[in-house]
This record gives sequence, C-alpha cells and structure tokens, in this order.
Amino acid sequence: MKDSAYIAAAWIGSFGAVGLYAAALIARGRRLSKVVPQDRRRWMSEGSAPRRRP
Amino acid sequence: MTVDNPVPAAPGPISTASTATRVLGLISIVGLVALAVFGLVLSPPDAKLGETIRILYMHVPTVSTAYLAFVITAVASIAYLWKRTEFWDLLAASCAELGVLFFGLTILNGMLWGKITWGVFWRWEPRLTTTAVLMLTYIGYLAVRQIPNDTRTRGTITAMIPITHKAVDWWRGLHQEKTIFGTVNPDMRGLQLFTAYLGLVVFLVLFAWLLIHRFRVAWLTERAADVGVDAAIAERRAERALGSDPTPSPGGAS
Repeated sequence: MKDSAYIAAAWIGSFGAVGLYAAALIARGRRLSKVVPQDRRRWMSEGSAPRRRP
Repeated sequence: MTVDNPVPAAPGPISTASTATRVLGLISIVGLVALAVFGLVLSPPDAKLGETIRILYMHVPTVSTAYLAFVITAVASIAYLWKRTEFWDLLAASCAELGVLFFGLTILNGMLWGKITWGVFWRWEPRLTTTAVLMLTYIGYLAVRQIPNDTRTRGTITAMIPITHKAVDWWRGLHQEKTIFGTVNPDMRGLQLFTAYLGLVVFLVLFAWLLIHRFRVAWLTERAADVGVDAAIAERRAERALGSDPTPSPGGAS
C-alpha cells in the first residue's frame, strides 16, 4: 500500500468520524428537544441546583 | 427512561443549536476545508518526515484536543466533587466522550503514520501503551457513568491523565519528541508550521462547537428523564384520585 493511501485514510477517517459524530449529536439533540418542554431547555438555568440522583 | 415515549412535541426551537453554535459550526467547516487545502496541497513535504507530515497535521490537533478534553474532564470532576452541581457533572461527561472520540482519531492517525515510518501499525512502547491505557480508562469512565451514585469513582479515574501526559518525558521510546509545544524553537517552519497551528486552532473551535452541543444533549437527557418522572407521578396521582373518587355506586350506597 502506498504512503498516499495511508495519508488519505487518515484524513478521510478523521473527517468522516467527526462528521458522523456531529450529525448523530445534532440529530439526538433534535429528538430530545421534542420531548423536553421549552422552559426546561434554558441552558444552565438550573446549573447551580444540587444534583438529583435516583 | 427512553426518549421514545409518546410525549407530545414541546413548543420552541427543536434543536440544541443557537446563534453561537451556528457561528462556531460555520467556522469549523470553513477551517476544516482550509486545513485540508493547506495540509494536503499547499504544504511542502518535510525534509525528514517526507509526505508523512500530512498525517501529523491531523494527528497533532486531535491529540491536543483529546488532552484538552481530558484535562477539562479532570477539572470538572474535581469541581463536581467540591460543588456537587449538575453543571460540572455534565461538563465532565461531555468532555470525556469528546476526548474518547479525538483520542480514537489520534490512535488511528498514529497507527497509519507508524505503518509508514516504522513498518508496523503498533509497538508496545511507553507512550503508545499509556495512550492506549488512557483511552481505555476513559471508555471505562463512560461505562462507570451508567452506574448511579458513583461520582467518587469518576474523580479517581481521572487521576490517570498526568501519568500519560508526562510519559513522553519519563520514558525514551520510539515516539517523536514534541515539536510544537515541547520546544522553544519548533522544528517546523513556514507553511508547515502555519498548517500545524491552523490545525490546532480549527480543532479547538471544532471541539468548542461539539462540546456545547454535547453538553446541551446531556442536559436534555436529564430533563427528558425528569419529564418521564413527572408524567409517571401525574399518572399515579390521577389513578389515586380516581380510586378515591366518591362516585355513587349503582346500588345507591354512600
């Protein structure tokens, strides 16, 4: 295998992995946003509240 | 609690995006395109490393970002043990996941670079071994997070970070000496040095963008669980109210 193939694999692998992760993250955020009421989507508004554990 | 419950769609924006994340996302995409142009086309081959320097343009930013993520995870974990607030807990978890992503890419790029340079994908030399151990540790960290009430273990696990970070100084292995941050006079010059720093900046912006989204997803996951609990409580109250409802029976009693 030529060096250029390893170089291409490194770049395509990195860009592809980051792209897939970002797409999955945004899709997950959209899915969750449909479930959570808007008043609970104010980021960090309850950030100082003690953590609730089951 | 799963998010697939048949809960009515909540009003408002249906994403974790905001103006800031859109700007960061745009900068990230433009920066990645520019990095590809400089890293694969404009930057000349290195006198020592040859064309393999093009892999290092990806390897160095990913490892730097991964270390940054793990340092933030460690700091956030300590802050959580001190403050016990949800913000620090979710920040640590979000950074750990991103750290695993970027560390995975670091190892992938390192293996490809090693195959060209050393002739093998992997060697059990100190830096590589401790790097693999650190990655496995954080995968374990993410697994441990699935166990409720285990916050102290989380803080302990993150203590592995300084060991790996200093491994390159403690042991002399096959791995490259640090060339950008580790020396006063970097070995790289001109377009090579510019491309390397461009990669670092682009990946920092990319990391910030992903971190904001990841944190918001973690936040939403917690709130979605609350919604499920609230719905269950409301349902139970409704059942109780129905059970004690003084509706007259067909026989006319009470």
